[in-house]
Amino acid sequence: MFKYGISGFESGHYMGESVYKPDNTFPQQIVERGGTTLLRCFQCGTCTGSCPSGRQTAFRIRKLIRWAQLGIADKVLASEDLWMCTTCYTCQERCPRGVEITDIVMTMRNLAVEAGYMQEAHVRIGGFLAKTGHLLPLKEPMMKARKSLGLDETPPTVLANKKNQELVLNIIKETGFTDLVKKGGK
Amino acid sequence: MDLAFFVGCIAPLRYPGIESATREVLERLGVSIRDLEGASCCPAPGVTRSFDVKTWVTMAARNIALAERQGQNIMTVCNGCFGSLFESAHLLGEDPALLRDVNDILEGLNMTVTPHGVEVRHFAEFLAKDVSDNTIKKSFKRKLDLDVAVHYGCHFLKPSKIKQLDDPERPTMVDKLVELTGARSLEYKDKQMCCGAGGGVRARHPDTALAMTKAKMDIIKEAGADCIVDVCPFCHLQYDKGQKALGKDYDIPVLHLAQLYGLAMDIDPKLLGFEAHDIPVKLKV
Repeated sequence: MFKYGISGFESGHYMGESVYKPDNTFPQQIVERGGTTLLRCFQCGTCTGSCPSGRQTAFRIRKLIRWAQLGIADKVLASEDLWMCTTCYTCQERCPRGVEITDIVMTMRNLAVEAGYMQEAHVRIGGFLAKTGHLLPLKEPMMKARKSLGLDETPPTVLANKKNQELVLNIIKETGFTDLVKKGGK
Repeated sequence: MDLAFFVGCIAPLRYPGIESATREVLERLGVSIRDLEGASCCPAPGVTRSFDVKTWVTMAARNIALAERQGQNIMTVCNGCFGSLFESAHLLGEDPALLRDVNDILEGLNMTVTPHGVEVRHFAEFLAKDVSDNTIKKSFKRKLDLDVAVHYGCHFLKPSKIKQLDDPERPTMVDKLVELTGARSLEYKDKQMCCGAGGGVRARHPDTALAMTKAKMDIIKEAGADCIVDVCPFCHLQYDKGQKALGKDYDIPVLHLAQLYGLAMDIDPKLLGFEAHDIPVKLKV
């Protein structure tokens, strides 16, 4: 059977020295959520070379993928790098091994959020969604601006239809998203 | 099949001119649309799919199911909405177990989503593929003498494996649509590079998002563009508000393709909603 992660370090010791103990279930979790291509990465760096975010910062997507392969779960999940990706898909388009990098980043973000990592700005935006079904609030000046353009003051969405809004908010509750946002994060 | 207009969040709530321009332009092109009544957020890929994929796909499936109920294909003017709706529809068509889970939830709302039941369309590719160049040109009342920096954005063409609309590295679809107005689409460095806003980066790391926007703006300024033309209200917002935040004298107006077409059709600029823009839209056209 295929073995995920690295072997030989399961005990957390190597030749009498204490070493980092990888979580071999981590790459497996990513694969189970659809990220099978994670295992194909051979660290060529095309992704990092293509990354618009990494061009401005120290974010290196190749490193994140390597950590994921090796099961360095705690570092990946707590990593701010995980949230530097704009999901532009350039790396995924160019990867010579067909690794679905951007999709894997989003899978790892799901795992991070489950582990309790969610930052304040994101909690706030998620809160709007859980409260209104939209990511942005409708404010008074915007209603006027809409009217002057010949549009309905309130857009023809759940904002204009309480019954539909309730149904959407129920979905958001049922999938656990409302609790996820309420819980916030570290 | 008629189109159900999915307005999304940023267009109706921040740049309503994109919504009104889309309605005006499509009417003049003889394309009939109906509002997708009761639609919610798509929901946005950056902060919804990133948090919880199940919420993302279920909310998207409900929006798609609303279009099915109306018997119409679903059309959006936003790359984020297009990404969420198109990719969710794709996943639901590929993964029977996911489809079952999602329909279990939708059943409580007396709704179901059918794999490949309706098509998810983007305003720009709809114009390029379903409306002839002649029809478009005939609707124009004047020729626009502009040098345009086209910004495709990321989720319009990518992931190209499933979108299959155009070459993701060297696309021509939107450039051609822009040039029908008489405007010239500029070649410029890093044209396909991200605006910086996506993936929740604008909210969580605004300075990093802005650094990416600055990189693009410096190039666009250098290329001598009169304006930026986008097909996504989120990129639109990032360029418009980003220029203001950067505090430099870029002064390059940002237009959605629908607004550019509105100018070419000589629609009253008041109906194109330029008042909502931070960078004044003053163009010698």
